[in-house]
Amino acid sequence: MTGARIARIVLGILFIGLLATPLVVKRISARRVAERSKADARTALDRHGFYLQEVSQAAGIHFVHQAPVLDPKLDPIMPEVASMGASVSIVDFDRDGWSDIYVTNSAIGSKNALYRNLGDGTFKDVAGEMGIADVNQAGTGVSTGAVWGDYDNDGYEDLFLIKWGRPELFHNDHGRGFTRVSEQAGLPPWVNANTAVWLDYDGDGRVDLFVGGYYSEDINLWNLTTTRIMPESFEYANNGGRKYLFHNLGNGKFEEVSAKVGINSRRWALAAAAADLRGTGHPDLFVANDYGVSELYFNDGKRFHEVGEQTGVGFAPKSGMNAAFGDIFNQGRYSVYVSNISEDGILIQGNNLWVPKEGTAGDAIRYENLARDFGVELGGWSFGAQFGDLNNDGTLDLYLTNGYISLDRNRSYWYDFSKVAGGNSTIIGDARNWPAFEGRSLSGYQTKRVWLNDGAGKFVDVAQAVGVADTHDGRAVALADLWNRGVLDVVVANQKGPLLIYKNTVTPENEWIDFELVGTATNRSAIGARVALFWNGQQQVQEVSGGSGFAAQNQRRLHFGLGKYPQIEKAVIRWPSGKVQIINKPAPELVHKIEEPA
Amino acid sequence: MTQQMSTPVAPPPADMSWWKQLISLDNRYLAPMFITCILLAGHLSFGILESYQKTLLAIATSIATELLLGRIFFHKWLHPASAYITGISVGILVRSPAFWPYSLCSAISIMSKYVLRVRGRHLWNPSNFGISAMLFLAPETVASLSIQWGNYLLPMVVIWVLGSVIIWRLRRFHITGIYVASFIVFAFLRSWITGSPWQSEIAPITGPMYQLFIFFMITDPKTTVRSKTGQCVVVFLVALVEMMMRLHQIVYAPFYALFIVGPAAMLMDTWMDARRASTAPVAAR
Repeated sequence: MTGARIARIVLGILFIGLLATPLVVKRISARRVAERSKADARTALDRHGFYLQEVSQAAGIHFVHQAPVLDPKLDPIMPEVASMGASVSIVDFDRDGWSDIYVTNSAIGSKNALYRNLGDGTFKDVAGEMGIADVNQAGTGVSTGAVWGDYDNDGYEDLFLIKWGRPELFHNDHGRGFTRVSEQAGLPPWVNANTAVWLDYDGDGRVDLFVGGYYSEDINLWNLTTTRIMPESFEYANNGGRKYLFHNLGNGKFEEVSAKVGINSRRWALAAAAADLRGTGHPDLFVANDYGVSELYFNDGKRFHEVGEQTGVGFAPKSGMNAAFGDIFNQGRYSVYVSNISEDGILIQGNNLWVPKEGTAGDAIRYENLARDFGVELGGWSFGAQFGDLNNDGTLDLYLTNGYISLDRNRSYWYDFSKVAGGNSTIIGDARNWPAFEGRSLSGYQTKRVWLNDGAGKFVDVAQAVGVADTHDGRAVALADLWNRGVLDVVVANQKGPLLIYKNTVTPENEWIDFELVGTATNRSAIGARVALFWNGQQQVQEVSGGSGFAAQNQRRLHFGLGKYPQIEKAVIRWPSGKVQIINKPAPELVHKIEEPA
Repeated sequence: MTQQMSTPVAPPPADMSWWKQLISLDNRYLAPMFITCILLAGHLSFGILESYQKTLLAIATSIATELLLGRIFFHKWLHPASAYITGISVGILVRSPAFWPYSLCSAISIMSKYVLRVRGRHLWNPSNFGISAMLFLAPETVASLSIQWGNYLLPMVVIWVLGSVIIWRLRRFHITGIYVASFIVFAFLRSWITGSPWQSEIAPITGPMYQLFIFFMITDPKTTVRSKTGQCVVVFLVALVEMMMRLHQIVYAPFYALFIVGPAAMLMDTWMDARRASTAPVAAR
């Protein structure tokens, strides 16, 4: 046998081996997933330190979201254009110490629900009697989200209702009802928004409001004059809704200042969140955009500066649908999680976990996407996600919901979707050019992700093992200790699906500590206040948020898991007013209610 | 496996103008320059690459594999132009959050030229083979470019014009022309059959994936049949098979259509060549 012949045989074997590589990788990966999924509650508790049980019916919650029905011109692609609106936000609206739940509905005439926590494990919908249920009337559009913030510092959380339609601000009348104050506040007559976040951008002690438009505000989705309402590009669209920044003037009025402070964008915003990413004392603003790059606005207290490309987060365009912050390494620095689309063999955008690069900080901070390295990259058609310590082991985990449109299980719209999405702007931008859905699914019936942080740089999906088996079209996720047990429960709002309450059971060995902050010089909601907890030689920072994830808001209270046998050194609270408060050796297993010192 | 894999370069005629020299069959750098221009224009204007590293990895793997295998099997260092085109095509067309698919796809693409050969000719366009294999075998990790260039008209027109001029100078415009014409006719036919808007059926060819497909894959001199008529027939068949696949909602129909039709045509061409060669001496006798 000649040398050339031997070489050819070797090459042939190597060639076959390379072709087989993807199959081998797939098989090994599938075996690992199957191994992790086999578990019952007891095993989950032993292995992962917690399990989740869906209890909405037992808790008296029977809410099912209704999707909007828009202009008949959109009928062929109605499932796609009417695919958002389900949202959830947590608020203790009556200050009774129990977290309540507000959820939006999105069909004309449908009612939103405010589930008052009765403290006995059940909830009662009181939205009607409180005056914030019937907010989806014909001619006013429908709800797509809600965020709570005490704009007048009277101690009660007020409600901003995000809509495709007339946005609404409701004043909380000391937990006894709500008064609509939208006109007095100076809100615009119509927006088509999916995201809003409360933040005190200028540190004046009053919360301001950012609202991110999705469809252009010129469009009434129930009465279209044109079908050219779609994005002009799947990845570079700049024909979305405008952005608003409402500066709180302190007399119940707001002034729209977005252009004045440097926010000029017509990208298709789907999620926004604010946190002090550079330690300046001012909240920076992260906006995840559909059909394009994310935007990051550095805030110097007076103006915003868009630094997405400079920092690395605004370079590769994807389909951003979530913005959540978490100190995942317990190093006192936030990473940002942005969800995108991944569909096997068609579109693998991958979600983004933007982690600050080593050695960068302040204005020079740079981010790198480490979602793949940490195992939180592929989550299907991902929507809402939140960081939270689900098993109280001292590291932040990540709960992700997903699934876009679940209709006929056996027929997919992906072929037609990809066909048009790749086309020229004159084609993609006109709804008439999109093939009819005809009952097909688009990334439907997807399994969720509950990524457990092992503290060593890896997240492992344990959703199936800990009891998260639903396949609804998930949109919003909110985390809250619903029953004041020192654990984070999970609330999930599903598009055209039920509101799910996952009650969390955590191994008692893992301890916890909570902080409930009340601002005095700072805005009373304490939005922007930051707690750095030092224990067992590590630290974790968390910040009171005015909205995060996708169309969601977590509980106001900050929850820290501590793991076993914690030795807490101190908690350092930095209030937005600039005051720094140190609490030495705070006791674990307690909710510490702390008012900003005078 | 003795046939040289790169075309020898003849010196250009002295009276040829500089631009004709630039855009001529004799310029082996023409295609690499063109595809590099596409990449740079796409990236600088729209940031089409998620990471330089992945594209560079694809190119480096492709060239390294070519050099290594060329050295082993032909005992010489082959010109890297062809491998560069393969690597850059992989770098643009493969979309994956992982690094390994870029490397693997490039390696498979180049190796296919050395393994899958009949009578000294390789059967598949290398990047077509590699990308089709990855899409088929690793769909959970790999997708293909389908949504780039900002979906705007101007960059698309510029590339189409530039590409057409170059392809025309390389005397392969008939392949591109027949394919595009066939695609458009079949798009209207599909629209009539499925009831989908005709714009949605035309839409794919306005995207950048098709620009690479029609300028680089279907026109590859090494994997097209020899006669001009044959080339026209083959590319028409590619469009036909693609249409059939599209009716079955196969997203990557063009890649798979070329994957099937291309080698079949090459085999037939090779067989006919052999037949001609064996009958010619007899006739002469």
